[in-house]
Amino acid sequence: MSATGIGAPVRRKEDFRFITGQGQYTDDVTRPGETRAVFVRSPHAHAKIKSIDVAAAKAMPGVIDVLTGAQLATDKIGNLICGWMIHSKDGTPMKMSAHPALAATKVNCVGDAVAVVIAESVALGKDAAEAVVVDYEVLPAVVDPAKAQASGAPQIHADIADNTIYQWHLGEKKDVDAAFAAAKHVTKLDIINNRLVPNAMEPRAALADYDAGTDNLTLWNTSQNPHVARLVISAFVGMAPEHKLRVIAPDVGGGFGSKIFIYPEEVVCLWASRKVKRPVKWTSDRSEAFLTDAHGRDHVTHAELALDANGKILALRAKTIANLGAYMSTFSSSVPTYLYATLLSGQYNIPSIYCEVDAVYTNTAPVDAYRGAGRPEATFVVERLVEVAAREMQIDPADLRRRNFITAFPHQTPVIMAYDGGDYNASLKKAMDMADVKGFPKRKRDAARNGKLRGLGYSTYIEACGIAPSQAVGSLGAGVGLWESAEVRVNPTGSVEVLTGSHAHGQGHETTFAQLVSERLGIPIENVSIVHGDTDKVQFGMGTYGSRSGAVGMSAIVKALDKIEIKAKKVAAFMMEAAEGDIEFKDGKFTVAGTDKSAAFGDVALNAYIAHKFTGAELEPGLKETSFYDPTNFTFPAGCHICEIEIDTETGKTEIINWTAVDDFGTIINPMIVEGQVHGGIAQGVGQALMEGAYYDAAGQLVTGSMMDYSMPRAHDFPSFHVGMTETKSPSNPLGMKGCGEAGAIASPAAVINAITDAIGTEAIAMPATANAVWTALQKLQAPKAA
Amino acid sequence: MAAVSMTVNGKAVTGDVEPRTLLVQFLRENLRLTGTHVGCDTSQCGACIIHLDGIAAKACTTLALQCEGSSITTIEGLAEPGGALHPMQEAFREHHGLQCGYCTPGMIMSALDIVRRNGNDLDEHLIRDQLDGNICRCTGYHNIVKAIESGAKNMAAK
Amino acid sequence: MYNFTFHRPTTVRQAAGLLARNPDGKLLAGGHSLLPVMKQRLAQPSAIVDLSLVEGITGVELKGRSVSIGAMTRHADVANSPVLKEVMPGLAAVPGSIGDPQVRNRGTIGGSIANNDPNADYPAACLGLGATIITNKRRIAADDFFQGMFTTALEEGEIIVRISFPVAKKAAYEKFKHPASGFALVGVFVSKRGPDIRVAVTGAGANGVFRVPTFEEALKKRFAAKSIEGLTIPASGMNADIHASPEYRAHLVGVLAKRALNKANA
Repeated sequence: MSATGIGAPVRRKEDFRFITGQGQYTDDVTRPGETRAVFVRSPHAHAKIKSIDVAAAKAMPGVIDVLTGAQLATDKIGNLICGWMIHSKDGTPMKMSAHPALAATKVNCVGDAVAVVIAESVALGKDAAEAVVVDYEVLPAVVDPAKAQASGAPQIHADIADNTIYQWHLGEKKDVDAAFAAAKHVTKLDIINNRLVPNAMEPRAALADYDAGTDNLTLWNTSQNPHVARLVISAFVGMAPEHKLRVIAPDVGGGFGSKIFIYPEEVVCLWASRKVKRPVKWTSDRSEAFLTDAHGRDHVTHAELALDANGKILALRAKTIANLGAYMSTFSSSVPTYLYATLLSGQYNIPSIYCEVDAVYTNTAPVDAYRGAGRPEATFVVERLVEVAAREMQIDPADLRRRNFITAFPHQTPVIMAYDGGDYNASLKKAMDMADVKGFPKRKRDAARNGKLRGLGYSTYIEACGIAPSQAVGSLGAGVGLWESAEVRVNPTGSVEVLTGSHAHGQGHETTFAQLVSERLGIPIENVSIVHGDTDKVQFGMGTYGSRSGAVGMSAIVKALDKIEIKAKKVAAFMMEAAEGDIEFKDGKFTVAGTDKSAAFGDVALNAYIAHKFTGAELEPGLKETSFYDPTNFTFPAGCHICEIEIDTETGKTEIINWTAVDDFGTIINPMIVEGQVHGGIAQGVGQALMEGAYYDAAGQLVTGSMMDYSMPRAHDFPSFHVGMTETKSPSNPLGMKGCGEAGAIASPAAVINAITDAIGTEAIAMPATANAVWTALQKLQAPKAA
Repeated sequence: MAAVSMTVNGKAVTGDVEPRTLLVQFLRENLRLTGTHVGCDTSQCGACIIHLDGIAAKACTTLALQCEGSSITTIEGLAEPGGALHPMQEAFREHHGLQCGYCTPGMIMSALDIVRRNGNDLDEHLIRDQLDGNICRCTGYHNIVKAIESGAKNMAAK
Repeated sequence: MYNFTFHRPTTVRQAAGLLARNPDGKLLAGGHSLLPVMKQRLAQPSAIVDLSLVEGITGVELKGRSVSIGAMTRHADVANSPVLKEVMPGLAAVPGSIGDPQVRNRGTIGGSIANNDPNADYPAACLGLGATIITNKRRIAADDFFQGMFTTALEEGEIIVRISFPVAKKAAYEKFKHPASGFALVGVFVSKRGPDIRVAVTGAGANGVFRVPTFEEALKKRFAAKSIEGLTIPASGMNADIHASPEYRAHLVGVLAKRALNKANA
């Protein structure tokens, strides 16, 4: 391993600009003549728009224009779409209702935009936005998905009965029912997977600039996948032909899924820029972000596990209602279906699984992928069931897991996925050693002497990452392929630019991708730049989500580098007057087998461009190669997290005493960055388990609409984490990588709740397990049983 | 509009602003010092932390006019003019104390204020407690805490 | 926020004059309560009178058997005041627990008390010590000053100049932080000064800071946690929100009072 190659904890190339305040986030970009967009948003969760009067607002100082949904319709700007088709059990396609970027006739959640003020400053725009008079006829709202399906519930979209988008299922019900009938033990749980607000620290932003001279539109925005944004805004919204629209996602301050999606605001900024013929910028307030960023999770599930007398799992069944909010966000349909039910086998050999999912509209913000997307929900179901089953059957929870681990690969689960490798016993054992599980009973006794309750919880999780083989996802309803692209440009001086369709918003691609190139070409890491996030520079790509940039994005780079090597060897052969087959390439040097002839990588690069040693008929000049890599399977990162907590019985407050994570991510390029991803994931998962929750009141008002009410995890909510690794290579990509971005968020909620329930001795606790919730649970236990 | 003058990163600056202009807007929009960020609107997140007369303050909860005659240091003013990084900046890079980088300027400015108040020998518990006014969504704080502990030590050594 | 005119007087008299001329004006102290409200456009003062240059209203002084704190003294300066830490560390702990370090660097005692946020910490200390709020017009006993959430005895044009806290031999504050805002979900201040025993609670009550006479009575026998063992306060009248039920808040009042008593006796 070289100091900058694969496996080295190389310090990040991108850091200098961030630690000196020179990052360029979307709001930092300015264009001459820039105007500011301020949206007029609905204060009601559900209402008809009877009229909108913009006259007074238009007359306000600094106002350039005020635009409404009616004008958007007149200009034939199309609706936003959900790009993943799900079919119901009865074969009917999902029911997707119209989602205009500005509501013209009806609003369906608080924060729905009904007009936009284009002004010289944000302050002037806000002054004018208050002067826009909207006459609403308020309608009853529904925020609870079960209530939304009930007869007589307010109908959110006129064309969609019972507010039900689809009623989907996966697995063989008959087999599962038979297994349950024969089971010795059945564990049943009712689970709420709480609604979360992603809260990337950089709020969403968009800057649109229309160039009348060329009829080109440029959009800077906070996107995890600028090419997909351009495709949707061109092909579906119809804003401009794809080649007349450039999307740039510069530095992006965190995404966690919430910046995958195509949102109304960027569409409106583009449209408005063309109308006012000036650049239009919108930057979300945090309050707007709470109302309009796609939220995450929000499942209500009943789940059951069937076991035989020896604790062998026979079957699992689950029925879930997923709240998708007022509109179907870009990938919302896939999250509670193919990203969820396909992972219900966990790390276990479960012969039969059946899952039913109803997706429902409510008068709340749209819900879509948030770090883990479906897989945290599945892991929570499986890992809670297993832990509770162990307790009910009085089997050690680690032992029950071991009895059911999959140990032979490949393993076909009953829910589509074919696991290609892993060693679940290894990660469990290592985690138990690191967490000193043996010493836990003593620690629990010591804590009890201080009036504290200690608990220990496991989560042996699995996820499907590296999404994904295009043919496979296509057969499941995806509207796009999920390959990735790379272009490797070797310059005449031997430096290299890699253009990738992946996008980094904190993951450190500028470093890890360069490590790969440095090692492979034997050139200093300083001589490699990674270019991403600009549709004018980079060939089409699919972006970053689902822990795919390593396994898919870097595989594409490997494939392009393979081609570079082949071409460079041809050049070297001409240079050294040798047969192409005799050229060897190692450590940045081309040699001729059996001779002392050699050429440095830089010399070969120069010769590729000056082309003095070969004719055009013999070889094309230049050294640049492109690859589109389509993976052969998902990857399956897995591992074991162990959480140890202590509860103050007087206040109910939970303190995390120790956190152990042992993950198998396959090949690791940069362990420093990988550990950082694990830390961040754990923090988000612990946040979900202990603190975070988005709540709407019955009228559809968001009660947790700011960081004054929505509890964001802070430094003092955590201890330092203990992170370890095991390694089995993924057989499904050339580097053997599996992906690490979501594991922490997937594993951790179940570990926390398993620890709390272990401590307090009741399973009746929901997320977030706030101090109040834990105290209430303890009170119920102490209260004399009611007659 | 009202005239305002102050010293920012050692340079005298003036501006003509609406009284409702926040210090963070003045820094970002008038002076184009965009390293100071806005992450919330309720004084919770700390992405906007600067030093106001040597003391950490949230620039989103301070009017520009309140800073008349004051001296402000932003993230852009930390490295030496020759480009040498401040030991605290260096520590964030060395310990991978940042991912997306958005909270980072506020974290670094906050870290320096922790050192000002508590000296160079900081323990983990104190750092976590004193980071109460800074929110990071990427790192789980683990490496930020390590960076601050190390950066504080290196400041003493310098 | 809405626009306003901005003024920076250098004396209390000038500030009072500016308020008189701008009836819709507001005083700006540290700004950490007012500015967030203005940013949300929930307040629309026509004028802002910034008190930061006003002379003579900062600092912590021991005056006989009282500690006098200037209204514009920042939370951090109160928390770190050597004299206060010596004579009454229990009071110094109150500003030390407010918000976060940056809020403490800017926020002031006068601003906090004038705002009387039902979850703020200082009102508990004022009521829990029987402080006197001194304005440009008069002296107001804490028992009369706090009149329900965001409501005080302050009249139009009245400016808090200093707050005088009698030094109590035993005093302590115990707070359960709101997990999102950092305010007090519940905070309890206890003190004993001769026969005067006070237990004041912030965060819990639907109507702002309040005293707990039943606890105070029980503590007269002996100022110790044991004396209030088994005593509870009713959940009715407690705040209810997603973070804490009335029952939980009522329960926390008892828990925190006992912890504060242990701290005060330590």
